[in-house]
Amino acid sequence: MSLMNNLSTSMISSSSSAFLAPVSFNSSRTQSVTVSLKSINIVKCVATPQEQQTAAYKTNVSRNANIAKLQAGYLFPEVARRRVAHLVKYPNAQVISLGIGDTTEPIPDVITSAMAKRSHGLSTLEGYSGYGAEQGEKALRAALASTFYGNLGIEEDDIFVSDGAKCDISRLQVVFGSNVTMAVQDPSYPAYVDSSVIMGQTGQFQKDVEKYANIEYMRCTPENGFFPDLSTVARTDIIFFCSPNNPTGAAATRDQLTRLVQFAKDNGSIIVYDSAYALYISDDKPRSIFEIPGAKEVAIETASFSKYAGFTGVRLGWTVVPKQLLFSDGFPVAKDFNRIVCTCFNGASNISQAGGLACLSPEGLEAMQEVIGFYKENTKIIVETFNSLGFKVYGGQNAPYVWVHFPGRSSWDVFSEILEKTHIVTTPGSGFGPGGEGFIRVSAFGHRENVLEACRRFKQLYN
Amino acid sequence: MYKLSACSSMPCGISLPPKIVLGSLRVHKQGNGRCTNVPRNVNLEKLQNNYLFPEISKRELQHMEKYPNAKVISLGIGDTTEPIPEQISLSMANYAHALSTAEGYRGYGAEQGNQALRKAIAETFYKGVAIKDTEVFVSDGSQCDISRLQLLLGSKVTIAVQDPSFPAYIDSSVIIGQAGDFQDKTGRYQNIEYMQLGPQNNFFPDLTITPRTDIIFFCSPNNPTGHAATRKQLQQLVEFARDNGSIIIFDSAYATYISDDSPKSIFEIPGAKEVAIEISSFSKFAGFTGVRLGWTVVPEELLFSGGFPVIHDFNRIVCTCFNGASNIAQAGGLACLSPEGFQAIRAVIDYYKENARILVDTFASLGLEVYGGVNAPYVWVHFPGSKSWNVFAEILEKTHIITVPGSGFGPGGAEYIRISAFGRREHIIEASWRLEKLFSKGKSPLLTV
Repeated sequence: MSLMNNLSTSMISSSSSAFLAPVSFNSSRTQSVTVSLKSINIVKCVATPQEQQTAAYKTNVSRNANIAKLQAGYLFPEVARRRVAHLVKYPNAQVISLGIGDTTEPIPDVITSAMAKRSHGLSTLEGYSGYGAEQGEKALRAALASTFYGNLGIEEDDIFVSDGAKCDISRLQVVFGSNVTMAVQDPSYPAYVDSSVIMGQTGQFQKDVEKYANIEYMRCTPENGFFPDLSTVARTDIIFFCSPNNPTGAAATRDQLTRLVQFAKDNGSIIVYDSAYALYISDDKPRSIFEIPGAKEVAIETASFSKYAGFTGVRLGWTVVPKQLLFSDGFPVAKDFNRIVCTCFNGASNISQAGGLACLSPEGLEAMQEVIGFYKENTKIIVETFNSLGFKVYGGQNAPYVWVHFPGRSSWDVFSEILEKTHIVTTPGSGFGPGGEGFIRVSAFGHRENVLEACRRFKQLYN
Repeated sequence: MYKLSACSSMPCGISLPPKIVLGSLRVHKQGNGRCTNVPRNVNLEKLQNNYLFPEISKRELQHMEKYPNAKVISLGIGDTTEPIPEQISLSMANYAHALSTAEGYRGYGAEQGNQALRKAIAETFYKGVAIKDTEVFVSDGSQCDISRLQLLLGSKVTIAVQDPSFPAYIDSSVIIGQAGDFQDKTGRYQNIEYMQLGPQNNFFPDLTITPRTDIIFFCSPNNPTGHAATRKQLQQLVEFARDNGSIIIFDSAYATYISDDSPKSIFEIPGAKEVAIEISSFSKFAGFTGVRLGWTVVPEELLFSGGFPVIHDFNRIVCTCFNGASNIAQAGGLACLSPEGFQAIRAVIDYYKENARILVDTFASLGLEVYGGVNAPYVWVHFPGSKSWNVFAEILEKTHIITVPGSGFGPGGAEYIRISAFGRREHIIEASWRLEKLFSKGKSPLLTV
């Protein structure tokens, strides 16, 4: 059985990930997709499974009340479900996925060769390695420090290599525990809120406002330049801040980040800064929170190879926890993070790390920039399309996401209309928080011909 | 109890004598602008020391600095040493190369794992016990899965562990908030049930005196004792769980080391699907300690008290707190489970098992009480009346061999040393020779007879 064929059909998961792509097809070629209906069964995240009242044996272990708080109708399983339903309805449709932000372009050779080499090495005495340091391989940590934080005073041992930002977010939540409060941008990447709920930091979901109690939602809109009015934001212990932002594409200015750092300082808060899209920045906006003086005492930064190197499946990222960052009793946050990394994790895959190191070689960096450039060109095409159609378009300048405004309309309705009429999957803005209502996120990850075709269809629909 | 010396820099204006355990320190922020106002997680304060294995590493490094010319042999951390069979690494290399092609490129995979791999795991390890591929969740290893299970279960459940046992069960429990304070006197955390194991009870807890807990962590073959529970013992365990409405988390990471007919999976026991989760790993099976691959089985029949399926919540955790194991590692996993791959791996496992046999023989011939080593790659040696950290230090100092002191696995390990059988054959033989020298003719003060 062909390994590749098998790996191309995967279960559609009930994911709350912003990035899940059902990998039933991933090329521009149309394929008649066999969607296993059996695989749909497990995707019951939308409706809460009925508690079984039958004679089925039940344990006496109570369900975790925090997980019970999570809303069944979560964004990405619903997007996936609708996509599947659409395919069932139109089996010959050439569906184009501009929904979940999954990379599509092959990884540059210089990087995969390094991973292949490392793999081969594992079969030799000299090249075999077992457990690696949980914090990551030394050479990679050093390369990350010099490549991304060269003149910012962040050192090799401030960096913790991981299997991706999503996992790091949850590990950070485990570090912080249930007794901290948090703030998020609204709209924002759903993992911040969901992991907070799971950890027990929040109250119940309030359907009328579509917010969890005890989370501070910092509204980001065109009116405030997608930067929250900090004078109206209540103090929380933790502030999640993603820039360039998923989903709005907004990149904060130096001035804005300076105010954010000051806000954190004044309040004794910790910023968790998500810089996963930093290399998509086109202008001179800061790429790291640590470009702001004083940030090392108030911020943690998390980042990822996913969108830089197409490592969405390979799994590699990192988190920076400066030595200067201290809890209220003076205990260094890095020590606790290290403890979590050693106890709840066992290091990123050594093969992925070999790939990461190759990414940071001069050749690797150049190759990555090319791929990033490709997606940025996609973004440009999408922005131009929606602009030409007279829409208010945001983002797309510093991030691979285009944030299109459909004033007065429900984002799920727009999502459905686009899907039905053009067979294009997008992501409804309300899935990122109440602040996303009335917007659609269009991702720029895709083969060029798919992006062009999608734009043709958008033009047809909205002209 | 070994205490970690505190980090020496306390920039909030406090200077510490070096040996204070930070957990007991309360520093009040006196307007010094350099601390945040975020309270430290009290659960992390409860943790007594470093995680066990980094601590062992640290001691190893210190020893090497002290004796730069010593040929240190590591039989401490159970780290695999033998190269991965070629067909497996080749499949990973090929997969990596393919990621550079349009046809072979893959982005995000399903968080639960590649479908073919899930199927192969179900068919290989759960043949005949009717575990479906949809009940298998591929991961980046058991240590991570244990913590994800703790996230699933939350802070309000109670747990029982074997004593001694793999430290991640207890540590993750403390971290998530299920445990009370550590009690120096007993060496135990409050609110955790420690099920004593020893030669006196055949390394299986006396369940008649074990109070009910929500969760029971059970590792078999056991790390560190090496004991594989018999079918009868596991039947008792499943019955105990059923009677108490508890959930067993069964760690079968060493199942492929079993030499006799001890069960390799909890699901061999009828009724287990309604009371158990099983975790396992490619680490010791295939030398994937650095590659990172494992799995967890959550049967659909397993229900919370209100009838809600546990698998549904675990799936939610996997989707929210994880993003799948590396696709390259998964390609390797699939190759491991092909007939040729499995056969090649068997040869490596047999190599480690032969190591274990050599070590068992060595200790037995010295007249020491030795356990394990038959169904697991760990040898568990009893030094009655001793303190395991002292024995550890003595062995290290006199033979330059790293082992693991039993008390690192819980108070039940206090008089024991764990010796791992992972190593190059020549190192195992050399180590045996050095140990013979140390312990023969009653030379070592550690031998009480």
